[in-house]
Amino acid sequence: MKPLSELSFPEDLRYVESHEWVRLEEGIARIGITDYAQDQLGDVVFVELPEAGKTLARGAAFGSVESVKAVSELYMPLSGRVVEVNAALSSSPELVNQSPYGEGWMIRVEPSAPAELEGLLAAADYRERLKG
Amino acid sequence: MNPVQAAAGLVFEEPLLWERGRPGRTGYSLPRRDVEETPVPEALAAEPPEIPELSEVDLVRHYVRLSQWNVAVDTAMYPLGSCTMKYNPKTNERQAALPGFALAHPLLPEALCQGALELIAALECLLAEITGLDAVSLQPGAGAQGELAGMLIFHAFHRRQGRPRSKILVPDTAHGTNPASAALCGYRAVPVASGGQGILEPEAVARLMDEETAGIMITNPNTLGLFEEHVAEIARIVHAKGGLVYGDGANMNAVLGRVDLGRIGVDVLHLNLHKTFATPHGGGGPGAGPVCVTRQLAPFLPVPRVVHREGRFFWSEDFPLSIGKLQAFWGNFGVLVRAYAYILSMGANHLEEVSRLAVLNANYLRVGLRGDYEPAHDRPCMHECVFSDARQRPHGVTTLDIAKRLMDYGFHPPTVYFPLVVPGALMIEPTETESKEMLDLFLAAMAAIAAEAREQPELLREAPRRCLRRRLDEVQAARKPRLTGSPPAP
Amino acid sequence: MMRYLPHTPEETAAMLAAVGVDDLERLFDVIPPECRRTRPMTLPGPMSEWELNGHMDGLAARVTPWSRARVFLGAGSYPHFIPEAVRFVTQRSEFVTAYTPYQPEMSQGTLQAIFEYQTLTARLLGLEVANASMYDGASALAEALLMAVRLTGRRAVAISRAVHPLYRRVAATYLDPAGIERRELDFGPEGTTDPARLADAREIAAVAVQSPNVFGCLEPLAAFAARAHEGGALCVAAFTEPLAFGLFASPGSLGADIACGEGQSLGIPPSFGGPGLGMFAARLAHVRQMPGRLVGETHDLEGRRGFVLTLSTREQHIRREKATSNICTNNSLCALAAAAYLACLGKRGLRDLARLNRDKAEYLKRGLAAQGVRPAFPAPTFNEFTAVFPPGFRERYLRLAENGLVAGFPLERWYPELSDHYLLCATEVHERADLDALIAEVRP
Repeated sequence: MKPLSELSFPEDLRYVESHEWVRLEEGIARIGITDYAQDQLGDVVFVELPEAGKTLARGAAFGSVESVKAVSELYMPLSGRVVEVNAALSSSPELVNQSPYGEGWMIRVEPSAPAELEGLLAAADYRERLKG
Repeated sequence: MNPVQAAAGLVFEEPLLWERGRPGRTGYSLPRRDVEETPVPEALAAEPPEIPELSEVDLVRHYVRLSQWNVAVDTAMYPLGSCTMKYNPKTNERQAALPGFALAHPLLPEALCQGALELIAALECLLAEITGLDAVSLQPGAGAQGELAGMLIFHAFHRRQGRPRSKILVPDTAHGTNPASAALCGYRAVPVASGGQGILEPEAVARLMDEETAGIMITNPNTLGLFEEHVAEIARIVHAKGGLVYGDGANMNAVLGRVDLGRIGVDVLHLNLHKTFATPHGGGGPGAGPVCVTRQLAPFLPVPRVVHREGRFFWSEDFPLSIGKLQAFWGNFGVLVRAYAYILSMGANHLEEVSRLAVLNANYLRVGLRGDYEPAHDRPCMHECVFSDARQRPHGVTTLDIAKRLMDYGFHPPTVYFPLVVPGALMIEPTETESKEMLDLFLAAMAAIAAEAREQPELLREAPRRCLRRRLDEVQAARKPRLTGSPPAP
Repeated sequence: MMRYLPHTPEETAAMLAAVGVDDLERLFDVIPPECRRTRPMTLPGPMSEWELNGHMDGLAARVTPWSRARVFLGAGSYPHFIPEAVRFVTQRSEFVTAYTPYQPEMSQGTLQAIFEYQTLTARLLGLEVANASMYDGASALAEALLMAVRLTGRRAVAISRAVHPLYRRVAATYLDPAGIERRELDFGPEGTTDPARLADAREIAAVAVQSPNVFGCLEPLAAFAARAHEGGALCVAAFTEPLAFGLFASPGSLGADIACGEGQSLGIPPSFGGPGLGMFAARLAHVRQMPGRLVGETHDLEGRRGFVLTLSTREQHIRREKATSNICTNNSLCALAAAAYLACLGKRGLRDLARLNRDKAEYLKRGLAAQGVRPAFPAPTFNEFTAVFPPGFRERYLRLAENGLVAGFPLERWYPELSDHYLLCATEVHERADLDALIAEVRP
């Protein structure tokens, strides 16, 4: 597992303490897990994702990500309706490790409570939380 | 002393059964046909499944070669924490193979199986005496099934009290089967953190215990190898709010002849016959997980139960409060025979000796290892001790690497990464059947590995080298599962 | 001195010194007085090996093995001849005294053997994937129903009343605490269950049918599967005698989604009911909801083929309370016996043995019918069937048993309406003379 200094947290994203990231793209939130999370998990072998159309609240579990020896729940960083799920992950779960902010994205969500976006962490704040 | 016991020698590659077989061969001698053939209706006849065809020679060679790839208790020390990999006495195999036991149909009329019923009744008594509890069922087929029985008993008891409860307290050191078994009964597992000393603190339990909580599940000694010193008080706290105490008896090997679970306040306990009572692990099973209860809970035990009337033994279903059946028949009788034979071979004094020596062996390893490895708790342990890789990690070496390197020295690794409360845990249980010289070899191997971790860490990361296979790609196995062999060629 | 306890007094003293205590008892000081026994254990023994043999011989002599009597009992446990080669294989102590193969590099023997078992089981049952086994047929059925509930999200199941009663009771034990409703489908006068009785498959997670059923009759599995699938439910096919699939169509080929049952017939001695072998097979698409251990094929660092436990994240040691089941063991050694037995038989041998089993039972059926003791049900059977004995046979049954002839199982014990119905089993171990003896005794 890498030291914090070697992990990346792009500035243009927002984060939550449960290690999911959010990128707002013309009103739709793209969501995945951070470089720290994938590094902690190790090689991802399976990702369980919800069906498109499902509506979930912030903090609710939307799926899980598995390595050989561990399972982690995935939590909604904000409330909304799932509009798209990354189908590539079922045949290539390793994308989560290789490109956690790019091809390893997990779901796209139409936010239902835009005010929640204020509560998301900036990259620097998320990094601080990891140090503590 | 050269601690490397693993030598080299010819071990053979061996293909899969269907790669070995050839159409037209057979390994079977069909009993003589002395009745006419009855034609099979067209509609019902089907092609037989593609089972490979091997001669008896192929069959034997195949499996003997496979067996030589295994390390087992009969070849090497197996210090797996909480598994109690003690020696499996061969006389027990002889007893289980007696035709009266092995070839007995479970539904024989009682007049024709008095010997088996007597053995079941006798073993129940022996386990009651050993644990200090009052009534026993031998029906559960494994520790996990014994736990399920325990949770079902909790459930039935509370329902009868008129207050079906929804939660159960599970210590953070608990084995994974504990919360899983609780969940099967619809209970929500509430974690209880152990204190700084590695054991449960009464205040922590008192804070969580309420009238919605069915009770607590306790392993004693716990998975850190420490005796839960406050267990009696914890039992009182739980009982005061109408709850029950479940004892996970996996670590019974530490306290035979010493503790009285009834006095402690345990209401339900399961035992693992394949641990404490020396029945073999068989590569993963079969085992047996009897459940022992107080008099108050006896009516809830699984049915049927063996009863004694007018000098004979009978099955009885006359227990209306029973939680029901867990296996189709009466339990893993073949395993029960082995445990029974073990207890008779040992007697009370030797069983007590078992615990004394199991605890001595574990402490001997504990003091021998703490020079090189970080103990989870630097104080005397019971039958197992827990270390971590804290001192090796700065060299880029993990518990996994240590475990893999131990194989090259000829030892099965200890339990790793459990309990979860100790990151990088190494849980070491030698059992009483290992001699001092074997323990010294183990200590020498661990010392050598610690030195390698400091000076040549790549030796560990590339381990094992001496086994049939090097490290296997578990990631690929999980990503692209191949769970059966290739379909047969058409 | 005890042969399983190697410590000499000198060694013990040296170890105590190393630990830094002067007496072994000090190591137990941590146990508070209120936890301690108030008196030593009172147990028989220790027995010398010789005495133990005598004691156990004495107990075993008071049980009637099928080898020393004429026992026509099936009903979930079957007498079959186990070749010596199979017994030999299961006695290899490297298999017997090994642990669960969590460290695959030094457990390839167990792992390949179980991978082979999974494969042979999948082929036998006609499905894509099989697990490394469960405790017995009954708990396998219970787990199959729970799996169907997880897959469909529906909280009711339908179970035929012709499924072995002891299996249904175990299913109840597992399903009731979870609040899963169990609906019963009664059997009809032919001794089979009518799929039309399954009112609405859209309400249930699965329909469970046993074939051959408890009466020995083959059930219309294909029709049940079709009906279940119409409503989006699963078809669970249970069995107690897997040898039947050496002759008749496998559950998978008839449309079952899960096949589960008892594998004791495959090279495992009856042992008064246990240990047995819970065989469990399902479709690959459902594998992540499948309980129990799974062995998978992979390769090592040098590219050589090897085997590992896989998809472990379904299991209790990782998921803990969210696991698919709490199962921690598999009956590994029994699975080994089953694979070795099947491999010993081979495809042709399995077919020949299955034919012989059926022929023995058909011979018995005809012989009894000629005496006026007719089969209770017209449906086709394998190596067991139900016959209607003369009224009041009960007394004769007990007398015959005491003289070494057990004339089947009185079904009235499980089905009160089936008085004078006896479940008879005949396998390759029953010689013509045994069958003739039974026929002679059951004359009205």
